[in-house]
Amino acid sequence: MMFSPTPRKLAALAIILVLLAVPFWAAASGSNYVVTFASRIVIYAMVCVSLQSIVGQAGLVSFGHSLYFGLGGYVVALASFHLGEGIPLLGWSGSNEALVVWPLAMAVCAFAALIFGALSLRTTGVYFIMITLAFAQMVFFIFVGLKFYGGTDGLPLNARNLFAGQRIVDPVTFYGICVACLGLVMLFCWRLSRSRFGLVLRGAAASERRTLSLGFPVYAYRLAACVMAGAMGGLAGALWANLNRFVSPDMLSWLRSGEFLVIIVLGGLSSPFGPIVGAAAVLIIESVLSGWTDRWEVIFGPFIVLVALFAPNGLWGLLRSRRS
Amino acid sequence: MTAMLELRGVTKSFAGLRANNNVSLTVDRHECHAVIGPNGAGKSTLVAQIAGELAPDEGRVLFETDDVTGWSVPRRARWGLARSFQMTELLKGMTAEDNVALAIQARRGHSFRFFRNALRDRSLREPARAALETIGLGDKADIRIEELSHGERRQVELAIALAAEPKLMLLDEPMAGLGSGEAARMIDILTALKGRMTILFVEHDMAAVFALADRISVLVAGAVICTGTPDMVRADAAVQAAYLGNDEDI
Repeated sequence: MMFSPTPRKLAALAIILVLLAVPFWAAASGSNYVVTFASRIVIYAMVCVSLQSIVGQAGLVSFGHSLYFGLGGYVVALASFHLGEGIPLLGWSGSNEALVVWPLAMAVCAFAALIFGALSLRTTGVYFIMITLAFAQMVFFIFVGLKFYGGTDGLPLNARNLFAGQRIVDPVTFYGICVACLGLVMLFCWRLSRSRFGLVLRGAAASERRTLSLGFPVYAYRLAACVMAGAMGGLAGALWANLNRFVSPDMLSWLRSGEFLVIIVLGGLSSPFGPIVGAAAVLIIESVLSGWTDRWEVIFGPFIVLVALFAPNGLWGLLRSRRS
Repeated sequence: MTAMLELRGVTKSFAGLRANNNVSLTVDRHECHAVIGPNGAGKSTLVAQIAGELAPDEGRVLFETDDVTGWSVPRRARWGLARSFQMTELLKGMTAEDNVALAIQARRGHSFRFFRNALRDRSLREPARAALETIGLGDKADIRIEELSHGERRQVELAIALAAEPKLMLLDEPMAGLGSGEAARMIDILTALKGRMTILFVEHDMAAVFALADRISVLVAGAVICTGTPDMVRADAAVQAAYLGNDEDI
């Protein structure tokens, strides 16, 4: 099949090229700031892609996605903390290996999503929004209350996890790992949206009654979607903990969940590239504006209103999907 | 003759009001059975209990020999019940073919399949297009639901039910809101299915009912007052009283 350039395909290609060009840019600038900042965008994009897979596709507006972001981060931090104390988690010193701890963070988040999702999905609409918010706040206050693990002050990591036995000191290497993880998450979500499973979710979002009467137990499909989104959110959290070498209950706060929602709405709900555009837009605007003034939200707020008014399908939605 | 559907003494009340009162009826294999009745007779409540959206207070619902009274909506669908809705219930934002393809997908076992592109899956798309062609909508397969006319959407409802290759079709007012030309087209489509499918339909359009039904059950004030062939029903004194009182032509 011939490659037919549409604005969206070209933009997707441009995003991929920019992501790959960042290390060279960093090398040219001689500063780690660019690559660290880009890592933040990539991790934010990852957690937002995972949120989008339930909000955009299944129509389930979760206001508690910070739960998985924070929980994933804390799994990594707790493993590191106990290793530092000389009492490794599960009595095993391998608990500093990324290839063990990150999947563990995903598994813990998947399990949490199974429990919280099973309860939340008994509600719909605005009640679903509220109950997901409530569960996230519950976990937030649990970690605030755990003084042994730093409480509100958070918990520093002694070092980044080892990756396949190698230390990750170089920010460019870490950035590369983040981009690779984002690529996998995006590929998975993109395939998912076109799969039989994804079509059932979309059908249930358009008409739950119709989808049930076709023979699909909608609840089970939605729960599976929540579990997958939770696991991917947990991976992003594990990376975030490694990037900052620090976790705190702030990762779990409802402000964070709100920020994720703003990003996916701003970026656009129709494509996994939407959250990348949204994450980059939000973080860059925040960075630039907060350099000018502490009251940067005064400018950022109206910008979101403008996007909501004039680009109801988000920034990504401004690009045409077909050639005219 | 085996009954595909049997209702035994189905009773359902809402806040003391008996919407269905001891309703019993059978739909035989390959029968086309109509349920008629004035507004408020309890037809929608009956449909909801057959589809599984409502549980009866008393009585049993049987599909063939299975007691399905406690079964969920999806489980009844997987057994082989396909329904259409009185108020069109289609997946907006998707094409006619997408809508039908999802019905095909439902018959192909579970859909916990995460990777393969289902939008290009010929084992889903080809039967979907065939079902649309059967009802004469083949040329509209790629049109989005919201761009179709009301009559075409009613036909898509029927195509979805057909595509499921059901054992029993439950059609809730298939003629609702159709213009005369569209209604004639719908009657033609249903006539072509008659004798090959088992159909239970609820309908206000008496011309359609008497053109299609092998047997008719008349529901008045929640109870079946008469079941029989169109001629029997037309001659029934109680039915005439119920309908003439409502000034409807039978």
